[in-house]
Order: sequence, then structure tokens, then C-alpha cells
Amino acid sequence: MKLGLVIDLDTCVGCHACAVACKQWNTSGTTGPLTDYDPYGENPAGVWFNRIRSYEVDDYPNNKTVNTPMSCMHCDDAACVTVCPTGASYKREEDGIVLVDQSKCMGCNLCAWACPYGARELDEDSGVMKKCTLCVDRIYDEALPVEERQPACVMTCPTSARFFGDFDDPNSEVSTLVRERSGYAMMPEVGYNPVNKYLPPRQRPKAPTIEKKEAATGQTLIGKWMKRQKDAFNDFGKGAR
Amino acid sequence: MHPALSVIFFTVTAGAGYGVLFLLGISRLTGLTPEASPDQATVMGLVGLALVTAGLISSTFHLANPKNAWRSFVRFRTSWLSREAVFAVLFYPLCLIWLACDWFMGNTALTVVLGLLTALFCVVILVCTGMIYAQLKTIRQWHTALTPVNFVLLGLLLGALILGFMLASQNLPLSRLVSVALGLVIISALAKVIYFYWIGQPAGPTINTALGFTRATVRLLDVGNSSDTFHNKEFGYQVDKVKLIWLRAISLTLMAVLPLLLISGVFGPVGSIALLIAVLSAYAGVFVERWLFFAEARHVVNLYHGFQRT
Repeated sequence: MKLGLVIDLDTCVGCHACAVACKQWNTSGTTGPLTDYDPYGENPAGVWFNRIRSYEVDDYPNNKTVNTPMSCMHCDDAACVTVCPTGASYKREEDGIVLVDQSKCMGCNLCAWACPYGARELDEDSGVMKKCTLCVDRIYDEALPVEERQPACVMTCPTSARFFGDFDDPNSEVSTLVRERSGYAMMPEVGYNPVNKYLPPRQRPKAPTIEKKEAATGQTLIGKWMKRQKDAFNDFGKGAR
Repeated sequence: MHPALSVIFFTVTAGAGYGVLFLLGISRLTGLTPEASPDQATVMGLVGLALVTAGLISSTFHLANPKNAWRSFVRFRTSWLSREAVFAVLFYPLCLIWLACDWFMGNTALTVVLGLLTALFCVVILVCTGMIYAQLKTIRQWHTALTPVNFVLLGLLLGALILGFMLASQNLPLSRLVSVALGLVIISALAKVIYFYWIGQPAGPTINTALGFTRATVRLLDVGNSSDTFHNKEFGYQVDKVKLIWLRAISLTLMAVLPLLLISGVFGPVGSIALLIAVLSAYAGVFVERWLFFAEARHVVNLYHGFQRT
């Protein structure tokens, strides 16, 4: 069995519900707590297993916002496991889930350094590394109804952009989605063979835009101002870093 | 990468200690320390071991949960950090037996063999330390054979200068050791310059390959966190470009140029004062070099935080 997630970048709206559900479930789960160091203060920094970032792909008028939830990819060739000196990091033979045995971790950070996806975060309070467990304490819980034996992030996603399943089964939902929608792995060139896959945004006809030529040519005073704003907006982020 | 002082102090100081012990280990065979009595050789060996110990103690300050540090011997087959820990612990009995043989029996065949074995261990441990960083595919500035080479060379360089100072302060002849130190200064400076050139070349993943959008420009709109994160603290460290160039120049001057002038006899005969200044200067230079080694390293996770390339 090779368990993992498929995340549909076409339907994800970047609402962070998966991250919140993850934190809510896992903070009292087997690898909890997901400590917040200053929960009601100025800088409520803390541990999260799932982070959502938003990007702008391509330039106007072909630009598109893409939201990317990222958690542990449960890589087939997980370097976070091989670099770990204490044996705290391990990949389960039976289902491929990568876990941290918190009673063995010495908090050296080397696994977080080895991870290209930012999946591991050190809990400064307990001094051990924490990461996504694929809700290992949910998916095998026979006290739960069968349809709820899924990771909390998948259960909660309001747009159904997240799918959980077995990649070793060619007819599973996740395998079918990857096959039919050209699912891909992030940063494959590092060579870790991540199990989690992302479905690219679907091709859609270009949304009609009204070309306000007069305003954009910079003839009138307001036109000049608008052109400046438009240029500034289009240049935003270009050449930064 | 965040430059943690405990790790910088560990790699520089323990490296210097292993350098001293390597050169002492091969000295009976190569005549690097002629006329050193068994007492003197043993004391110099213990100084090297003290440097190693200070470094190793410092390394544990970097751990967030040091009570589990003893567990770091179990993954010897895959983890370079585990290998380093195993060799570093095995090193102590070996080194102490060798020093005891030297002290009690003097220059015998057994002493020479144990000395060579100790020297071999020193290099192996330095390579392991370098490989902890060089193995990481996620940091291209480290993922190179130049990393372990650099750790070995700079350890030996500091060791040679410290051993030279100890010989000079006991009025022992040191011409051979100074020649070795001169060679090490030149080679390690050269390796460092090659490294600076090498990491300046564009390579590695970009924001496009990181996200899988390789046919268009990609810009970060929202990083998704409103307060500090582990990744910002650990990987977000950046140095100002101008400061970087200055620090590189300062590091090379302190670790190579000044010691080279001092021990090549440009400022008069090479005595204990010249060597003491050379040791302090090189130590400071290597310390800055090691700080830069961390500060210049750019982890690929930064691509998800908006970097266009590493």
C-alpha cells in the first residue's frame, strides 16, 4: 500500500480550512500538541503540518492565482529518514507513511534541512520534530464510520480539492485522477519521488476583458494615472529576489 | 541558512583539534615534530583532544532535545551524522591508548601504527562532518565534494598552525611543519576561491520547477503565515550582498593571507609570537568562513516563500 494525497490546484480556493482542521485534529492526536508559543499574543508563531501559499502564474491578461496547500509528500525516497541519526524518523513498510517517533528525536533539525517541501517543523517547546502523519490515528480507527476514515484535511475541504487513497492500486480514486488529469509531483528534480501529487489547473478560454484603450494610452490625466497604476501592478514582484 | 554559533564553534574548534592530532599521528613517521620528547608529544596530543572535546560539547547545544543525543549511534548505515557520532566516540579510546603508548613506551612500532590509525580517524571524522552538509540535495551550496574537502583542509590548516605554535613555544625545531602549513594555507585558500566561484554559478531548482509551472513566470502572492515560522527562522536567513563580499575578503585575509605572510618569514624569523598571531588570525578567519558557509547556503524551501532561484 502506498497512501498519499492528491490535491487539485484547479479547485483549491486557498481558504486554509485544511490547515485549520489539521491543527485541530492533530494537536490532540498522537503527535500533538502542535504548540503555539504565544497563542493570544502579538506573534502567535507555532507548529503547523500544512501550509497554504498563493502564487500568481503568468502575466496579465493570462495570469491566474494558484493556491498550493503543502504538507508532507510521504516521499518514496525520503531523505529525511536516511539522514536521521537516531532512528526517530521512519517510513512505514505497510503503507509508506513517514512518521517521527518523538521519544527518540533529539531535535538536530537535519531532517528538516533534508526536506525540500518544508514539511517538517521543530516544536521549540518539546524540542522534537513534528510533521504530517496523514492522520494515521484517524484512517485506521475502526470506531469511526468508514467514510470518516480519512485525513482531517480531506474531510474538511469545502471544495473537495483534496483526495486520499492508495497509489499502489491503479483503480483507486487518486490513481485515476493522476492518470486522467496529468497529476504531477512538485520539485521532482531533487529525486525524492514524492507520493503526493498535484492536479494542474484546467485550461479554460480566456476571460473576456474590456480594453479601455483611451484610458490606457495615457492621453488624459486620469488615463496617465491609470496607466501608471497598471504598469506598477504588472511590474509588482518582477525582479524581486 | 541560520548560522548557529554552537555549530560554527563545534566545526571550527573540533576541526582544529583533529588537525593537531592528525599531524601528531603522522609525525613519528614523517618527522614533523623532531626532538619532541614523549612527554611533550603527549601534552600536545592532549591539547588537541581538549579542542575536540570543547567542540563536541558545543555541538550538543545545537540540539533541541539533547537528552536523546545518545540515540544518534543507531543509524550508522545511512546517516552521516550518526557516522560522525560513532567515529567521534570510538576516537577517544584509540587516541588515549596511542598517547599512553607514546608516553610510556616512546617511539615504538606500536606507537607509530596507533598514531597512523588515529590520524586516519581524524580525517574520517572530518569527512563525516563535511558529508552531513554535502549530502543535502536541498542546499546546492553544500551539495558538492568541495564541502568535505574544505572541512578537511581547514581543520588541518588550523591544526598545523596550532601545533607549530606549541613547538615554537617549547623551542623545538619546526621547519618541516611550517612547510606543511604553508602548503595547506595555499591549497585551502585555493579550494575556498574555487568554492566561491562554484556557488556563484546559477544552478538547481527554481520557483517554476518547485511548483510545476515551468512555462510562465511565477510570483508569490501570499506566503500564508501571518507570524513567524520555523522555516523563516531556520532557512530564511539572508546576508546583504555587499556585506557578503566584505566578509569573504576578511575571511580569506585572516585565514590565508596574514598567516601566509607570518609563517613564510616575510616579517622576520618565524617564532612563537608570529605563530600565535597566525593561529588567532586563522581561527578568526575560519570562524568567519564557517559563518559564511551557513549564511550563504540557500535552502530550496525558500522557493516556496518567493525566491525565484536558490
